[in-house]
Amino acid sequence: MTAGAHDIVIIGGGGAGLRAAIAAAEADPRLDIAIVSKVYPMRSHTVSAEGGAGAVIKPNDSLEDHIHDTISGSDWLADQDAVELFVNEAPAEMIQMEHWGCPWSREPDGSVAVRPFGGMTIERTWFAADKTGFHMLHTLFQTSLRYPSIKRYDEWFATRLLVVDGRCQGLMAIEVRTGALQLIAARAVILCTGGAGRVFPFTTNAAISTGDGMALAYQAGAPLKDMEFVQYHPTGLPGTGILITEAARGEGGILVNKDGYRYLQDYGMGPPDPWPRLRAMELGPRDRLSQAFVKESEKGRTIQGPHGEVVHLDVRHLGEKKIDAKIPFVRELARNYIGIDPVYEPIPVRPVVHYMMGGVHTDVHGATPVPGLYAAGEVACVNINGANRLGSNSLPELLVFGARAGKTAAAFARKSPAPDRAALTAQGSDEERRIARDFLRKDGGTERIATLRTEMNQAMEAGCGIYRDETSLRETVDRLARLRQRFPHIHLDDRSRTFNTELVAALELEFLLDVAEAVAHSALARTESRGSHQRTDHPKRDDERFLKHTLAYRTGASPRIDYLDVVITRWPPAERVYGR
Amino acid sequence: MPQPTITLNIFRYRPEQDQEPGFQTYEVPYRRDWVVLDAINYIKDTLDGSLSYRWSCRMGICGSCGMMINGVPKLSCATFLKEYYPAPVRVEPLANFPVERDLVIVLDDFMQKLTSIKPWIIPKEAKLLSAGEYRQTPAELARYKQFSMCINCMLCYAACPVYGLEPRFLGPAAIALAQRYNLDSRDQGRSQRQEVLATEEGIWDCTLVGECTTVCPAHVDPAGAIQQAKLATALDWVKGVLMPWGKR
Amino acid sequence: MSAYRRAMPSTWWLRNRAYFLFMVRELTSVPIAVYLILLLLMVRKLAAGQEAYEAYLRFLATPGMVAFHLLALAAALFHAATWINITPKVLVVRVGEHRVPPALVAGVNYAAWIVVSLLIAWIVMRG
Repeated sequence: MTAGAHDIVIIGGGGAGLRAAIAAAEADPRLDIAIVSKVYPMRSHTVSAEGGAGAVIKPNDSLEDHIHDTISGSDWLADQDAVELFVNEAPAEMIQMEHWGCPWSREPDGSVAVRPFGGMTIERTWFAADKTGFHMLHTLFQTSLRYPSIKRYDEWFATRLLVVDGRCQGLMAIEVRTGALQLIAARAVILCTGGAGRVFPFTTNAAISTGDGMALAYQAGAPLKDMEFVQYHPTGLPGTGILITEAARGEGGILVNKDGYRYLQDYGMGPPDPWPRLRAMELGPRDRLSQAFVKESEKGRTIQGPHGEVVHLDVRHLGEKKIDAKIPFVRELARNYIGIDPVYEPIPVRPVVHYMMGGVHTDVHGATPVPGLYAAGEVACVNINGANRLGSNSLPELLVFGARAGKTAAAFARKSPAPDRAALTAQGSDEERRIARDFLRKDGGTERIATLRTEMNQAMEAGCGIYRDETSLRETVDRLARLRQRFPHIHLDDRSRTFNTELVAALELEFLLDVAEAVAHSALARTESRGSHQRTDHPKRDDERFLKHTLAYRTGASPRIDYLDVVITRWPPAERVYGR
Repeated sequence: MPQPTITLNIFRYRPEQDQEPGFQTYEVPYRRDWVVLDAINYIKDTLDGSLSYRWSCRMGICGSCGMMINGVPKLSCATFLKEYYPAPVRVEPLANFPVERDLVIVLDDFMQKLTSIKPWIIPKEAKLLSAGEYRQTPAELARYKQFSMCINCMLCYAACPVYGLEPRFLGPAAIALAQRYNLDSRDQGRSQRQEVLATEEGIWDCTLVGECTTVCPAHVDPAGAIQQAKLATALDWVKGVLMPWGKR
Repeated sequence: MSAYRRAMPSTWWLRNRAYFLFMVRELTSVPIAVYLILLLLMVRKLAAGQEAYEAYLRFLATPGMVAFHLLALAAALFHAATWINITPKVLVVRVGEHRVPPALVAGVNYAAWIVVSLLIAWIVMRG
């Protein structure tokens, strides 16, 4: 039943996971490192990121500005010590990517080019056309192939973390090819499993973004932090939710309502001209832009489309040449998926769920409160993004904290004793029995996975969307509790072993329910509005009571909610000002 | 008015119960904006949860969902039902690969080939991070950019009859990726990659059928990459004969 | 392992148009090779004397041989066209960031082919 034992096991082979693996391999080439991923690494969701990665390198820029932009963008919920070191370490990480071959777009003189992005005072977003995540992921993956100490378990689905003597010492994972549930022992485990957009019905996220690592950590006793902060990206395609990058606005694109009016000026982000102008209008922060859409919709000023209400993202004035040079993927996606050529017509867009600011609670070294368990990337909450993340901060986050977690885990693994095989095997057998009993050998189930998943999605969208209130949140919480009770009655058509993706979908749904519960309960408890968490019944930001992080701990029933102070260093809470 | 439907004939192979693969027919609601992947997801969600396949991003960038659709290798997330409606759609796993289960192929060979061409920068000159980025002009970037766009979807391997007849052939995507690094101004690893490329099972097995380029959804033009590699290798040989004193 | 391997049928090249044309292109080597043999034979017959040579020319004028030569000509033209169409893939000419359009590269090759063919035709017809 034991597949292997390693010094470090990284769950998730995306940007953060690969960076962590490389960092650990470089820290100590004698360490035995494994990456366990439910998909081949090139398929990780990092691949879908488009717009760019922000870091300070140009002479007209300053680390102070990037730090302040991030903190104000976060509505002061970000831990300032973490933001400081993130901003300080990002440029070196990005140069490292360039040294590893990442095909950054360039200035005519050969230096790396940067572009404007939402909420940033100065343009500092590095980009590789508009497939930045794709290029970063492939660069990291291909570079990782150089290290013989990194072994991969491709298409292995982690089902449970194993905690023995209060220390994380391994995991159970299904080898999807054969269906065998196996034990992988580790001196340190790093979670790099990404976000959980699939909790909601409309999301830019891929099918695989099911919050696996968040749920695994939650079940292992680590708290989930700031889960109520869910980012809606202002410009997703209607129907599919496919992402249209913020870079389209960074290059000068505008958002207009049904009257052709640039409505963002009505919401504190004007004046509309001169344009483009940083931190103003369409380059405001994502939470404000998504909220403006809802307000426009309430006023009846959005456009009715075949998939509901939209507004128009207009890039026609950029011209074909600039569009093909700077945002070619946007053009391709619009043409392929909605039959519109943005050179000639505006693109219909609407806010869609995009990113989880919250996640597994870690410190600035990537360590969770559970010894031996680390986390980095979207799955983690350090917290540098606070209540609202600025675009182009998440890709460098993967690198900075992936590297940190890798190095910290390497140091821990070197010192830690060998895993307790006997205890691990006992827990492993329990897990084997659970999977067989609850999923594979069960007869008489009545609920289809898709039915429960759709109802969860609807409950979250209805009660826990861009605007929330106590009534809607309580309704969502109740609906989730009922779904929880229905889950044991799940029915699988597929009881076989070889590549059973229905079993994987059922386990992912179980993880999603855990995540949804943490999000909804955390939102219910936070009776203020801040960043992307907007309570219509508590519309103001309340620094006195809520300049704190929400911590959600798993119990047998509703999660236990606790709070942790935000770390303030040099930037006392102030008002977020955009536009001027 | 009754909801229009479309028929999907899908390749099934369940190793635990099937000796041989077969086809299963499903009737799926037809929607003008649905892609083949939407129809397959509908089948798994509501009709038959036992259908196994790979997918993730649904926007043509992750490379997971390659399948044979009416005999042509395509990304099922980028292929619209309306191209075929009202005729039935035949869905099979990518050609030239062993089938694990239903629409899921075995990728091991490709992953090994990808690794074998040393797809990483072997730097021309060492540089400290503190010295900043390597300079690379837009013209230098343009030399290899196209070959860096490969999403590893393997439609090119499914389209290549040489790979179908000779599984040891390195294949279009691997060679294109090698070229991506060979042409990168920061790299000097070409001679190392030649050990794998300039062999019979490398570039010389290619007879320029050209279908790899035709099916590539990322416009990589692997056929072009391979022919360029052939020309460069042939020129190497000529130089070696005419100027044997040259250091290589 | 339980993976299923699908065999590639020997009729794979009938599966689609591109494969079929590829096979035709490859098979043009056969009529061209036969033509070369006939050409070499002609040189030998020439060396063997007037009678042998003229007998050979009469042989070449038979309907079967004329048909074959037409076929060989079609094969040669097809091969040349497909070859020239491929040259832009191999010869990538860049001016700064931009690539010389493939049609231009192919066009230049076609032009060169026509010029050289006319030149050879003129030389042959003169004599």
